[in-house]
Amino acid sequence: MAVKKTYEEINEKIRRGEAVVVTAEEIIDIVNEEGVEKAAQKVDVITTGTFGPMCSTGAFINFGHSDPPIKMTKVWLNDVPAYAGLAAVDAYIGATELSETQGMAYGGAHVIEDLIAGKNVKLESEAYGSDCYPRKEIVTYINKNTLNEAYLFNPRNAYQNYAVAVNSSARMLYTYMGTLLPKLGNAMYCSASQLSPLINDPFYRTIGIGTRIFLAGAQGYVAWQGTQFNPQQARGENGVPTSPAGTLALIGNLKDMNTEFIRAATFHNYGTTMFVGVGIPIPVLDADVVEKASVGDKDIYTTIVDYSVPQRSKPNFGKISYAELRSGKIEINGKQVRTAPISSYSKARKIAAALKEWVRQGKFFLQQPVENFSLDQTFKPLEIVTEEEI
Amino acid sequence: MAKKKFVLHFPEESVEKPVTYHLVKDYNLIPNILRAQIDENEGTLVMDLQGSAEQIDKGIAFLKDQGVGIQEAIQDLAINRDRCVDCGSCTGVCKPGALAIGPDDWKLDFDLDKCIFCELCINTCPTRAIKVQF
Repeated sequence: MAVKKTYEEINEKIRRGEAVVVTAEEIIDIVNEEGVEKAAQKVDVITTGTFGPMCSTGAFINFGHSDPPIKMTKVWLNDVPAYAGLAAVDAYIGATELSETQGMAYGGAHVIEDLIAGKNVKLESEAYGSDCYPRKEIVTYINKNTLNEAYLFNPRNAYQNYAVAVNSSARMLYTYMGTLLPKLGNAMYCSASQLSPLINDPFYRTIGIGTRIFLAGAQGYVAWQGTQFNPQQARGENGVPTSPAGTLALIGNLKDMNTEFIRAATFHNYGTTMFVGVGIPIPVLDADVVEKASVGDKDIYTTIVDYSVPQRSKPNFGKISYAELRSGKIEINGKQVRTAPISSYSKARKIAAALKEWVRQGKFFLQQPVENFSLDQTFKPLEIVTEEEI
Repeated sequence: MAKKKFVLHFPEESVEKPVTYHLVKDYNLIPNILRAQIDENEGTLVMDLQGSAEQIDKGIAFLKDQGVGIQEAIQDLAINRDRCVDCGSCTGVCKPGALAIGPDDWKLDFDLDKCIFCELCINTCPTRAIKVQF
């Protein structure tokens, strides 16, 4: 009889400490040995993980009110500007905002990491002053314990697959995919591939709005589809997109996070960004879930893109599997090219394992999405037009 | 037999001296050039010198006589394991393969013997975990 399980049944097993939980790596071998149906009977939850640079990351912060109060118009945290065009003492600090004194060496990502680490951060603000909020400037220090709310709200994380970056030009390129050596000197890739959340749930059956997740060491949630969500991207026969496709907007409490699973970064001559650790559990509702989640690196393909062409649409050198990328060398146009990851596979493993332990110990329950993502939407470019042309 | 790695700095006036020839001929050393670079100011050569410890010392003394600056200062690359997240970005620019990552544990390995001190990894490291150690 075909396996069918509900979220309630799986959560009841978790509550009783009887749930069988494996990682998205472990399920590959189980399915190879026992087949999809048997694996679906045996396993209740499959955990995924990823740890890569995700620029679209930032934190909402409420500072509390000073005396006399201020309606902050401009805000700096350790000299990094934060957006304060909200109510009086709310602000949003984005990972890629650069320090006005240190430039690329320190940015919003570093502020967020320092806050999570419990460090003190200098807060400076200016305001125009009003009857409700007479104060016009403030300089003080904050840390995560002095703040009211501090939560990450990341508009685009956990990309479902990503391109491989190469450089066919004669000069070195400094990109968000790392340093690209000239004349196809290297090929940089960025995905947890067989461990990556959305690669294991390619049509977003179980990952949707409201899904409870592991976010940087804390329990967080999928808040919305991520920006640039592109479900209509080309897919392989197994349903896995062969270029960047789905994305997730994530939310979670900064105060509960752990710097082991989130880290500020600088890409040389590009800017600051943030390594974000994300883990998502996949409930085994039926055999189809297991079949999709048992995809391995040899069956996950991505596209090799030439980053030396500074245009929206870049030429590509065809498709390649993650098994080949992870071998350390690939062939492009007859040339042997060194490959290197920029997302940490060892951290991805650690996250999938940590989430597995949470579920096994009954500390983490599965949340059915309150709404699933639409597969119909398209990803639109920005055209430069006049008001008459639009 | 000993093997030591040196960074040689050639000021403009020394660039044309055939020092490598003398290291082989007069001191019986086996130089292995790992990296060579010449710009408008000076030439830089990173090389392994293999031979008896005594002959290496004599060879180095000879180089100093020739006005060649000897930098034995770079001892190692220091990888701050607390900052490193094992992403692997640095391995993409490490041509000699001194920095490597891969199966089975996907943790960064560093092999000093293979390092040619090109220092490309220093700025490539997104978490600034790699430093030259003097």
